[in-house]
Amino acid sequence: MTKPRVAFFSFSSCEGCQLVVLTIEEQLLELVKLIDIVSFREAMSEKSDEYDIAFVEGSITRTSEIERLKTIRETAKTVIALGACATIGGINCLKNQFEMNKVKDIVYGEMADNYDTIPARPIEAVIKVDYRIQGCPIDKDEFIEVTKAILIGKKPRIPDYPVCVECQMKENVCLFEKGMVCLGPVTRAGCKAICPTYNDGCVGCRGLIDDPNLSSHKNLLSEHGLTVDEAISQYMMFGGNSKEKYK
Amino acid sequence: MHDFHVGIEHITRVEGHGNIIIDVKEGKIRELRMDIVESPRFFEAMALGRSYKEVAHITSRICGICAVTHTTTSIKAIESALGFEPSIQTIKLRKLLLNAEFIQSHILHVYFLTAPDFFRVSSVFGMVKDNKETVLRGMRLKSLANELCALVGGRHIHPITLKIGCFSKNPEQKDLIAFKEKIIKARPEIEKTVEFFRNLKTPEFERETEYVSLTCPDEYALYDGNIKSSDNGETKPADYLDKVKEFMVRHATAKHAKANRDSYMVGALARFNNNYEHLHPRAKEVAEEMGLKHPCYNPYMNNIAQVVETVHCFEDSISLIDDLLSNGLQDEKAELTPKAGRGVGATEAPRGTLYHEHKLDENGKITYGNYVIPTGQNLANIENDLKSLVPKILNKQKDDIILDIEMLVRAYDPCISCATHLMKVEFVNE
Repeated sequence: MTKPRVAFFSFSSCEGCQLVVLTIEEQLLELVKLIDIVSFREAMSEKSDEYDIAFVEGSITRTSEIERLKTIRETAKTVIALGACATIGGINCLKNQFEMNKVKDIVYGEMADNYDTIPARPIEAVIKVDYRIQGCPIDKDEFIEVTKAILIGKKPRIPDYPVCVECQMKENVCLFEKGMVCLGPVTRAGCKAICPTYNDGCVGCRGLIDDPNLSSHKNLLSEHGLTVDEAISQYMMFGGNSKEKYK
Repeated sequence: MHDFHVGIEHITRVEGHGNIIIDVKEGKIRELRMDIVESPRFFEAMALGRSYKEVAHITSRICGICAVTHTTTSIKAIESALGFEPSIQTIKLRKLLLNAEFIQSHILHVYFLTAPDFFRVSSVFGMVKDNKETVLRGMRLKSLANELCALVGGRHIHPITLKIGCFSKNPEQKDLIAFKEKIIKARPEIEKTVEFFRNLKTPEFERETEYVSLTCPDEYALYDGNIKSSDNGETKPADYLDKVKEFMVRHATAKHAKANRDSYMVGALARFNNNYEHLHPRAKEVAEEMGLKHPCYNPYMNNIAQVVETVHCFEDSISLIDDLLSNGLQDEKAELTPKAGRGVGATEAPRGTLYHEHKLDENGKITYGNYVIPTGQNLANIENDLKSLVPKILNKQKDDIILDIEMLVRAYDPCISCATHLMKVEFVNE
């Protein structure tokens, strides 16, 4: 059996999700027995333009990136969006609160005209995506599970329940009871509730569950002193691609 | 080889996207530049209008490799703007976390990104066949550092517990005790690392330049200190703009910088040159064993300086854990009051000095952000090194010339995503 050819690509991002892939370390050596990694610029010099599976990290923030991404889609049989920037837009979308000319002006002043940038968007706004591995950064166990499922031709199991479920299973004291705010009730699980476990509110980096009860969650946030705008601003930190869906 | 053209597109085994263009005609360099083509991310605009409490979530995402340093620097800038002084315990925990990031970043660089060049293979996967034990040792050491990051920071990429004021959750004392034992057990692995890198032949090349790093009177400065130039003394972090002059070049999307001369170097070798006397005694011995003499003007030796710092950080972590345990870890809570002000944080990142500046309004909303990144500061110096190196190696085969050039760029451990949080876009059509 020929091994599937796997490529990693990055667009606008911190490359932290690819780095998580490198942290699977000894298991990575096992994984490379099952696949051929043909392009992984952060870790290797060889590269090839023929591949079956493409992992794509980062958001799209330049016109030229759109064509590059479409080529990846045309070449790969399976495209997996890797991490918040690729799946829900991530923090790159925070600049979308301004007109692009304003953004360029803030950063470059009188040289603003020399820069090309478009409103940031997740890769799914440009191409069809087969699977998503959520998070900022991704969770390495979830990466291994999803990759294994794809390699054996099964549909990966992605949680459609909120972070609260995982948090309760860990027997954490609810952060709202401690007077803190948290996006756990509306955010997709799969991170093992890592932030609340370390006593920090969930910031929604894995995106909303499919059917979130936003109005009830917004009430909860307002009981804890947030205005509606501040609540929406919380959702927008990582999921800022569309303000409309939070209204 | 008197005439040649090199166009290395998307240099590999570095973080981010960069190209190298070199044109030599009749033995003279007609053109030499390192193009930075990474996408712009406009971090300076992202945090505007947000609460000071949220800013570290955003700035951490400048870089996946040195997220701890970005978070630390961001927090220090905010604390300085608020006039808040963290406790000694918090500072020690931050230093421990920073040590862990230095170890994981340096190990990743020297074992996985640099070592393959010495074996003429394209990646660490290519080293597995003949040097499996070496690769596994690199992985074990990196895992150990990741584990320390997770123990103190919650996770190693985009740390969770590292907050303005104090840690949101302290590590368990028993876990710190157990971890100290693991470091002690790992000493033979560290010795083997030193032996491995001692035996790799670093290219010979020297070019003295200006070295810039933080400096402290009583320790090897990583977490804090004044800005020191090997040319002309010290500057306070708040006055960083007096020292660091950023400038734009047409071919790069990241800002360059200069200080006293037309370029300067930051990173492990700059710190080694500026602060040698404060290295842990074992780290000094290791430097000598690996042929790294103080001061050193060979930029390829930055790799070796990273191994020296790895030893330093391991030993320093043992002392920090002992200190933390002897006082017992207290749960802390910080009372923060928003107020208008300006704050600058300066920290050593694995790749060099990192600056974050923030201005807040009276409600604690961010009104201004500026971030000066180590790799951006090194870019002009890398080009100056290449201009000095290339004429000296023209008698080599083209493949060897390219390898020498790539190895030089990699020695700086460039982190281009970081450096192009803002950039000028220009495509190079060769």
